[in-house]
Amino acid sequence: MIIMETTIGGIIYEPGSSAKTKTGDWRTFKPIFDNEKCKRCGICQKFCPEGIISINEQGAKANMDYCKGCGICAEECPFKAITMEVEKK
Amino acid sequence: MSEVMEGSHGVAHAVKLCKPDVLAMYPITPSTHIPEGLAQLIADGKMDTKFITVESEFSAMSACVGVSAAGSRAFTATSSQGLLLMTEVVYAAAGMRLPIVTVIVNRTISAPINIWNDHQDTFAERDSGWLQIYCETNQEALDTTIQAYKIAEDAGVLLPVFVCMDGFVLSHTYEPLEVPEQNEVDAFLPPYTPKHAFLDPNKPITQGPFAYPKPYAAMRKELSDAIMNSKTVVKKVHNEFAEKFGRAYGDGIIEEYKSDKPTVIVAMGSVCGTIKEVVDERDDIGLVRIRCYRPFPKEELVKALEGKENIIVFEKDVALGMASGALYHEIKSILAGKNVRINNVVGGLGGIDTTKKNISNFVDRMKDQNDKIEFLRGDPNE
Repeated sequence: MIIMETTIGGIIYEPGSSAKTKTGDWRTFKPIFDNEKCKRCGICQKFCPEGIISINEQGAKANMDYCKGCGICAEECPFKAITMEVEKK
Repeated sequence: MSEVMEGSHGVAHAVKLCKPDVLAMYPITPSTHIPEGLAQLIADGKMDTKFITVESEFSAMSACVGVSAAGSRAFTATSSQGLLLMTEVVYAAAGMRLPIVTVIVNRTISAPINIWNDHQDTFAERDSGWLQIYCETNQEALDTTIQAYKIAEDAGVLLPVFVCMDGFVLSHTYEPLEVPEQNEVDAFLPPYTPKHAFLDPNKPITQGPFAYPKPYAAMRKELSDAIMNSKTVVKKVHNEFAEKFGRAYGDGIIEEYKSDKPTVIVAMGSVCGTIKEVVDERDDIGLVRIRCYRPFPKEELVKALEGKENIIVFEKDVALGMASGALYHEIKSILAGKNVRINNVVGGLGGIDTTKKNISNFVDRMKDQNDKIEFLRGDPNE
């Protein structure tokens, strides 16, 4: 949870530290990718506000460490290849 | 060198001597003559500083945060509504521990709109984490501006400072001022070498980051400790200034003026000059002037007010919803449990004159009272 050791003014002297904060635990819904329907068009990747969707020949995949479950990918997918499911923790 | 000049221009000369890298200025009455004086110094080729004509006070303080975060020396000045518009960034500057110096030419706040002096504008920033030093005279405002950078940039402080001077009463008054020589100020105030907050492409850092509740709470506590610890530096810098330049203001924190009497007035700012005259004329009262209001001089005041029978807190602010001034409650809280009567005058609001007779009458009326709170209405014989 803690993103920093306290310094004067909370200044962070190590670059790239935001990657240490796993914001994915804020999530209620998670995206399920149907890679049969997926055309690898990359629309979900471009719309993802977190920039955490990667696409290769096998299909689309989200980095669940940072996915907040917003559902924008599912909303934008023209092929209905993404559905949002309540995540059971 | 002694020179007759306006209080605001005295401050402008002090700022010039401190060699700030950037001035981010937006004029507002009665602080306008400070940017005016600085612009003149630059136009005359006497000062080499970047002068940004920002579009609002919010931008002025935002620019100062940027300048200071980049590791440079920043200055701005404002009053009243201008300070209120800055407020969001004022709090950020303290939380980010940026040693910005800002001169506040104190003016009341709206509504109704009014341009004259009281202390409601800086009292609105009371809990922001900035140091607040209230000046009695123009010479003190000039001297305190120079001291403020040395206090703010001290490695043990790293906090922004408000130098508060009363609008018109000080800012627009002409009198002889001692302006120190550049080499004297250079010897007193070294160039700012940022160690915690800077802009260096080879060493990228993040300033003003997001914080979860626990680090946030920890940093707020650190901020609270830092401003309390700054009191020793305020005193130390004041004493060093007094030694080098020959001018002292009490112990730098409070000033005790003939205060070895059972009845004393506690006050801040230029009205202390008037109160001192009353103290001189009648030998039954003394004055304790608060110079450094934030951090609050708790120990100093407890010591100075030890054994007093009656304390009259005269202040130029009103704590709306408490039916009194704010300082009154702070004085009461530090003297809780002591056998002393404490009374309150909310005076000088919206710039109404406070006469010697007013002060004397209040003393006569309140001497044997306790918890009496009166609002000065502006009658010279009140």
